[in-house]
Amino acid sequence: MAAVPLDWYLILAGLLFAIGTVGVLVSRNAIVILMAIELMLNAVNLTFVAFSHYMGKNDGQVLVFLVMTVAAAEAAVGLAIILNIFRTRESVNIDDINLMKW
Amino acid sequence: MEMAVFLGAGFVALVSAILVFTQKNPVASVVFLVVTLAAQAVLFLLLNAPFVAALQIIVYAGAIMVLFLFVVMLLNLGRDEFGPEKRKFIRPLAVVFALVLVLEVLAIFKTGLLDQARLTYHLDFTGDFGTVAGVGLLLFTRYLYPFEITSVLLLAALLGTVILAKKLPGRKGEL
Repeated sequence: MAAVPLDWYLILAGLLFAIGTVGVLVSRNAIVILMAIELMLNAVNLTFVAFSHYMGKNDGQVLVFLVMTVAAAEAAVGLAIILNIFRTRESVNIDDINLMKW
Repeated sequence: MEMAVFLGAGFVALVSAILVFTQKNPVASVVFLVVTLAAQAVLFLLLNAPFVAALQIIVYAGAIMVLFLFVVMLLNLGRDEFGPEKRKFIRPLAVVFALVLVLEVLAIFKTGLLDQARLTYHLDFTGDFGTVAGVGLLLFTRYLYPFEITSVLLLAALLGTVILAKKLPGRKGEL
């Protein structure tokens, strides 16, 4: 069985994380920014599972479980904040949200 | 065979990850994010982790993405035009930053920090590796306190979301 080397998974996760970072930086829709953050969290999950596999231990997968919980909480609170911003500003464009900008 | 599945799923994950933030329509972004998450679930299956793969599909691609889709629909953001870009320098800067990140990941391979993981690699997955029983046992023994704190975190998120989304008197705007 030709197993995929660990390095390949780590490179793929690194690329996914970098793409998520670009998404956070370039998009102006606040919801898309939250989605890009989910992408970054998922890239980290991939490294956890890859290491769990190559170490032969379940611990990494427990951490993935915890990361997913944090992601769910973050998405819920983030979307509620966006909802509130939309109520007051009628926009989710982050260029319009400049109250705390110096 | 395993390599082909890895390359296919990895390619799909990467391409749809890029497509997430290059869409004008936020609904399309959500759909591409679901595709990325599904491709990563395939990778989890490839790594003998069926429990995490199932969680990925049910919790991530199911619950969290429906939440995103619901908010996109609620705010009626279909084909939103954001006008001209105000920060023109951000885009090239972001790409440079991402390249630096990738180079950092590649630099890790030079340090030898991964040698231990390579040494301990074994292909014996006959036990409870990646099953609900195996992961669940760890959750309720070694990781009991983090697991319980997670429930407190979820309660805090629940309360925070309810307070944030509640219509308070004196707050303008209707939705």
